[in-house]
Formats: sequence, structure tokens, C-alpha cells
Amino acid sequence: MAAIPISWFLTLSAVLFALGVAGFLFRRNIVTVFMSIELMLNAVNLTFITFSYHFKSVDGHLFAFFVMVVAAAEAAVGLAIILTVFKNRSTLNIDAIDSMKN
Amino acid sequence: MNVILFLIFAIIAVVCAINVVVQTHPISSAISLVGVMGSLAILYLLLGAEFIAAAQVIVYAGAVMVLFIFVIMLLNAGAEVKQGRSVVVHLLGVPLLIAFLGLVAYFVQRLFPRDVEVTFGGFTGGTAQAIGRALFTTYMLPFEITSILVLIAIVGAIVLARKEMD
Amino acid sequence: MQLWLIPIFPLAGFLINGLFGRRFSKALVSVFGIGSVALSFAWALKTLLALAPLNTAYSEHYFTWIQSGAFQVNWDFSVDRLTAVMLMVVTGIGSLIHIYSVGYMAHEHGPNHGGFYRFFAYLNLFMFFMLTLVLGANYLILFIGWEGVGLCSYLLIGFYFDKKFATDAGNKAFIVNRIGDFGFSLAMFLIFKTFGSLDFGTVFRQAPAASEAVLTTIGLLLLLGATGKSAQIPLYVWLPDAMAGPTPVSALIHAATMVTAGVYMCARSFPIFTHAPAAMDTIAIIGIATAFFAATIGMAQNDIKKVFAYSTVSQLGYMFVGVGCGAFSAGVYHLMTHAFFKALLFLGSGSVIHALSGEQDMRNMGGLRTKIPITFWTMMCAAVAIAGVPFTSGFFSKDAILFAANHHAPWMYWVGTLTAGITAFYVFRAMFMTFFGRYRGNAHPHESPALMTGPLIVLAILSLGGGFLFKIPEFLGSLFPTLEAPEDVMLMVISSAAGLLGILIAYVMYVVKPGTADSIAGSLGGLYKLVLNKYFVDEAYDATVVKPVVNGSRVVLWRGADAGLIDGTVNGIGTAARAVGGVLRQMQSGNIRSYATWVLFGSVLLIVAMSLSGGLR
Repeated sequence: MAAIPISWFLTLSAVLFALGVAGFLFRRNIVTVFMSIELMLNAVNLTFITFSYHFKSVDGHLFAFFVMVVAAAEAAVGLAIILTVFKNRSTLNIDAIDSMKN
Repeated sequence: MNVILFLIFAIIAVVCAINVVVQTHPISSAISLVGVMGSLAILYLLLGAEFIAAAQVIVYAGAVMVLFIFVIMLLNAGAEVKQGRSVVVHLLGVPLLIAFLGLVAYFVQRLFPRDVEVTFGGFTGGTAQAIGRALFTTYMLPFEITSILVLIAIVGAIVLARKEMD
Repeated sequence: MQLWLIPIFPLAGFLINGLFGRRFSKALVSVFGIGSVALSFAWALKTLLALAPLNTAYSEHYFTWIQSGAFQVNWDFSVDRLTAVMLMVVTGIGSLIHIYSVGYMAHEHGPNHGGFYRFFAYLNLFMFFMLTLVLGANYLILFIGWEGVGLCSYLLIGFYFDKKFATDAGNKAFIVNRIGDFGFSLAMFLIFKTFGSLDFGTVFRQAPAASEAVLTTIGLLLLLGATGKSAQIPLYVWLPDAMAGPTPVSALIHAATMVTAGVYMCARSFPIFTHAPAAMDTIAIIGIATAFFAATIGMAQNDIKKVFAYSTVSQLGYMFVGVGCGAFSAGVYHLMTHAFFKALLFLGSGSVIHALSGEQDMRNMGGLRTKIPITFWTMMCAAVAIAGVPFTSGFFSKDAILFAANHHAPWMYWVGTLTAGITAFYVFRAMFMTFFGRYRGNAHPHESPALMTGPLIVLAILSLGGGFLFKIPEFLGSLFPTLEAPEDVMLMVISSAAGLLGILIAYVMYVVKPGTADSIAGSLGGLYKLVLNKYFVDEAYDATVVKPVVNGSRVVLWRGADAGLIDGTVNGIGTAARAVGGVLRQMQSGNIRSYATWVLFGSVLLIVAMSLSGGLR
């Protein structure tokens, strides 16, 4: 029944976050990029909960709660935007959407 | 017991996360992401966050990811095509990632010595009752604002994704 | 005593005529113009009579003008005997010339009666500044007057501003004067540094105690200023060109008053000069050199006004000789008598020019003595005075100077006597060419109106009798340190003989045998050309000073420094900003992934920075 050092949770969170960044940087499909963002958000949630345990306070849980709500709203709107972009550009390649160039 | 649980589900989470990033077809990434979320829910339970764990499964894995899968089906997106490149990303991407991960891991190890430990049941303040109390007293304002945010998101999503009325 | 009223009357005249004169009739402008100066003369006379016998200086303090740390300048006017002489000369001759100008400028062409009101406004302004110069009780007030008369000189020389040679002459006068003013300014700085004040009383009281080297430097710098204003070597070149202005201007400013400001200033600063013998020597040498040099040029000139212009330069040289040899009162005496006869000579030549409807070349004149008799006889009075014919005013003043010169250094006496002979020669050459012989021109000579001949007559009386009427050396003797210059009768005889010899030679060359001058000029060939072209001094200045400065300015300063360096720097900054922006623009690739990479980069940087600065404890 050994206990888990808290730094492990934080390291896990960092790893998940890094993986999310990697997905964001290296993938070309918009939807996959979006999912990497969700992965990052989850990693952050884990951090919040961990710290809430560390400080023995419920505030971290509430932060995670709000992150979840906002992530849900963001996913809804973001996916709607992706649908619109797909309708207009007929491509899901993120590199093709560069009209903000220069 | 705690350690074993942690290790199992941490490894599952990491493997699924790697899968999310590596898979070519979006559907496979989505399914792997569900796996990540599930493992994270177990880890939350380990940390005493009962309500959040439940919310994670119900909202995140149950609603958001389903939404993702619906959209992927709608878009009929196939496997990813390798096209277009960016110099910056290819040059800087990997080193920066490694640097980032290394730095954070190092500092985490340094700042949090091994004597602070987590055990199941070490924190009991994550019940629905505690969260509810905090939500409707201290965090009343964010709660209300988030409600409006959700409303806006609904309206926005509908406006953006509807067909044009002729 | 209200000394301030003396310069205020002309200033009021300037303001009235300057602001409103455009709508006045010529008569009204004349009333204000002459009236202000006449009032000034009357008030000065009243003040001087009230202050008689004026054994000590009388000052009035008006207000503290500048108060800055240790530097304090008060607006004070003071009157002593020297001031009295200057006041009378300036206002008296000024009034006569104003009256003359009404007649002379009556037939100008152009709008507003040819700028009639403008002329009198400038003339009044000049009187204001000159009186301020004379009345000032410290160097700064003197300098204000100094600069102001320079300004009015510029305005009046360039009065016919639509003629390029007139505006060029005005520029030349002002610019050359500035060089002298530079010396004056340096002198004032040095005076303040040495004595702690610019006030005459303070400075002159402390002068004996200062070191001779410092006093000599101050003296030489003041002399530089004086050579500019009083047209001595090397800064005399503006005066002959200044003849481009109307003749009353030449009479008032460039004969009687403004050019004497340098002599006045040197006389006023006598405590400084008497303790700096090297500076006084320099003054005397410059004076005698200028006197001789200008006289030789005057011999060959054909324009009647140019002859008298060089004569003025020469006579000013005499005044400086007087000052430089320690005979300050003799110098001032000659200042006064010169004002009489030189003003008369200029006004007379103006009358001649007016009679011939604008002709100025003496080769086109001749035989005018029967046609314009008043002008002839009055000018003859002036001519004998300047030639030093015994018992005229010029005789007394010139001999006073020559005695002092002989006492100082005998060679100066001989050069001065030779110059006196040359002076008599060229003045009478001018008189004979103009008034004797056969009339060689094409105009219809007519006598000038009374407004012009009246002042001529007054000045003629003064030229002849000035020596008896005004015994200046005794009057000023108490003011200046006494000079032991024995009055040798022999010297008087020699100098008078030189003058009469000059008159005789001129008579022979121009009346008895009219062709002599041209044959001598032909045989002398190159020498004559040299003198006729004023020794090419202007050309030399142009080549050595003017052209290098202008070219240096154009090439080095304008193209090099201004356009190249300053504009280059400013434009270069703009170009550099654009270049940097061009580089930074590469970041805006529109590629979302690269943006994310930069965000990651920034966050890594932040973590590193925070840890390095000790944030992550």
C-alpha cells in the first residue's frame, strides 16, 4: 500500500501536455489538431486536481470543473467553425488555410 | 496498491495519448482520446475527486468526444495527406518540445520532494456536496458567467453550422 | 532732465510714419519726419544748456534690464561733454539732412510717392538708434545702437530694393559690419570677464588695474569692431558700394554720423586704450594707412559720389590717427568738422545729381558753376575746408591731428601731410570737373529748390566758421588726458602748403590744360588701372574669403553634413526600420503550426527566465 509521490502525477501531466503540443505542431488534419487541444486541457485538469489534493482544498476541483465546461463550449463552437471552413475550402489541411499570410 | 493502480492507468493514458498523436485516421485518434479520458477519470478517483471523475466520464468522454466522432463522420475525412510544410515547425518543433518537457519535469522534481504523497482516501473534500457548496457561494459569479458562455456557444454553433435558408 | 526723450522723438516719428505713413500726404510725412528730429535737437539743446557747464557726467537710470547671476545690465543714459558734442552733431546735422531730403525725394517714382514715407521712417529709426548709441552708459546699450544703425544702413542702402546692385550693396554693408561686430562682441565678453560689468563707469574705474595684455586684447577687439563700422582697413569695402543708396543717406549715415560711431566708441573707451599702448599704436597705423590708401583711390574715380566715399574713408582714417596718437579731442574735433563739410559735399553732389536728373559720372558734367551757383558756392566752401585751407574748420581740426601725429611718430606726420595734399587734389579735381570748363552732358541743369539749398547754406557757414564757433579741444580738454603736443608753426605751414599745392595741381590739370589728366593716365597705364579698380581689393576678398566660404558651405556643410549625414541618418533609420520589419514579416506566414511553435518557444523562454531570476524557488 505504498503511497504515490505527488511529483509523479505532475510529471504525467507534463508528459500528456507535451504530447498534446506535439500533436498540435506536427499533425495536419484540423480535427486531429483539435483533439490535441483537448488532450492538453485534460493534462491541465490533472494538474489542478493534483494541486487541490496537495493543498487539501476544493478550489482546484472547481477550476477543473470550469475548464471542463469551457472546453465543452469551445469544442461545440470550434467544430462548427471546422464545418464552415470545410464547406468553403473543401480541405481539412491546416496548412492550406493561410490567407493571413504577410 | 495505489502505486500499481497509478502505474497501470498512467501507462494506459500515455499509450493512448501517443496513439492520438500518431494515428493517421481521425477516428482512431478520437477513440484513443476516449481511452485517455477514461484513465484520467480513474486517476482523479485516486486523488479523491469523485465528482470531477464522474463529470469527466459523463461530459468529456460521453458528450464532447461523441460530438467529435459525429463531426468526423459528417466530414467524411479520410486518412491524412502529407502536404505543405513549415520550416519553423520542422526545425524548432522537436528540440523545443524536448526542452519544454525536460524543464518542466526537472522543476517538478525539484520543487516537490518525495515526501509528499498521495494515497487513496487522503483527501475527502471532493464530494458533490463540497463542490456544490463552493460553486454556489464563493464561485457564484464564475458559475453564472459560464452559464451565459454556454448559451453563447450554443447559439454560435447553431448559427455557424446551419444551412443557408433560401 | 528726461534724457530718454531725445531718442524717443525720432522713434515716435518712425512708428507714425512707418505704420500710417502710407496714407499720409508727402507734406504730412515730412512734418512728422522733420518734426521728430527737430524736437530731438531742441530737447537735446535744452538739456545741455540746463546741464551746463557739464564738468561731470550726468546719468539717468531707467530700469534694470538684464539680471542673470553676476551679470547685470541697466538701461542708463549718461551725458558728458563728449556726449554733448555727439548729440549736437547728430541731431543738428540730422535735422538739416531731413529738411534736405524732403526736397530731394520729392520726385521719386513708384507707389506711395516712391516710398517717401518709408524713407523717412527708416531715417527716423536711424536717428533713434544713433542717439541710443551716443547716450548709452554701458557697452551693451552702445552695442544696441551700433547694431541698430547697421540695420538702418542696410535698409537705406537697399532703399531701391528693386535694383540688384542696391540690395547687394546693402547685404555687403551688413555682412562686413557683422565681422566687425564679432570683434566688438568678443571685446564685450572679455570686458565682462575682466571687470565683471559692462558699465562705463565701473569698467573705466578699474581699467588702470588690469593687466596690459588683457587691455591690449580688448582694445584690439574693439578696434576690429570700429574698423567695420567706421570703414577702415580691412573692412572698409562696404562704404563705396553704399553709395547705391539715396544721396541724403550717404550724407547722413555714411559721412556724418554712423561711420563716426567707431571713432566715438574708441574715444569713449580711452581709459582702456591709454593703458594699452600697443593697441593705440595699431589704431594710429591703421588710421594713417587707410587715410593714404583711400586718398589714392579717390584720385582716379569718375563717379562723384564714389570720390567722396573714398574721401570719407580717408578722413575717418585721420580721426583714427588722432585717437591713436592720444589726441582724443583732436579726433572728435575732426569728427565734427568732417560732419559739416562732408555732409555738405554729399548734399551738394546730390543737388548736382538732382540738377542733372540723375547723372553721376563727372565726365558728363562740367561748366555747372553758372547754372547752379548756390550749389557751386556752398560746395566750394566745403572743398576749401576739407583741403585744409587756413582758417577753415577743417584746417584747425586737421592740424590738431597732425601735431599729435608728429609728436607720436614723425613719419606719420609726413604721410599725413602727403595725404592732405592728395585730398586737396582729388576734391578739387571733382570740383573742377563738375563746375568748370564746358558742359559735356545732355541734361538741362536747374537749381535745386530752397528746401535743398537752405541746408547747404547752413552747412557752408559751419564749414567755414566751425573752427571759430566751436572750440572743441578746449571743450573736451578736461575730459581726456592731456597730450603734450607743441604747436609748431612750421608744421602748420607745411601742411597748408601741401593742401594749396594739391589745389594748384588740380587746377592746372583740369582747368588750364584739360587733357593733362588723360595723358598722364595713359602713360601710367597699369598703375592707373590698378588705382581705378580700387587695387582689386574687392576681387581679392571675393577670391580668398567669399568663394571658399560659399563653396565650403555648399559642398561640405550642405551636401555633406546636412543632406548626407543628417538626412542620411534620419532616412537611414526609416530604411532600417523597414528592413527589420521586412525580416520580421517572415514570421507572418499564415501557417498556424508555426505560430504554435513560436508560442512554445516563448513559454520555454519564460520558464528559463523565471528559473534564472530565482522565481522558481
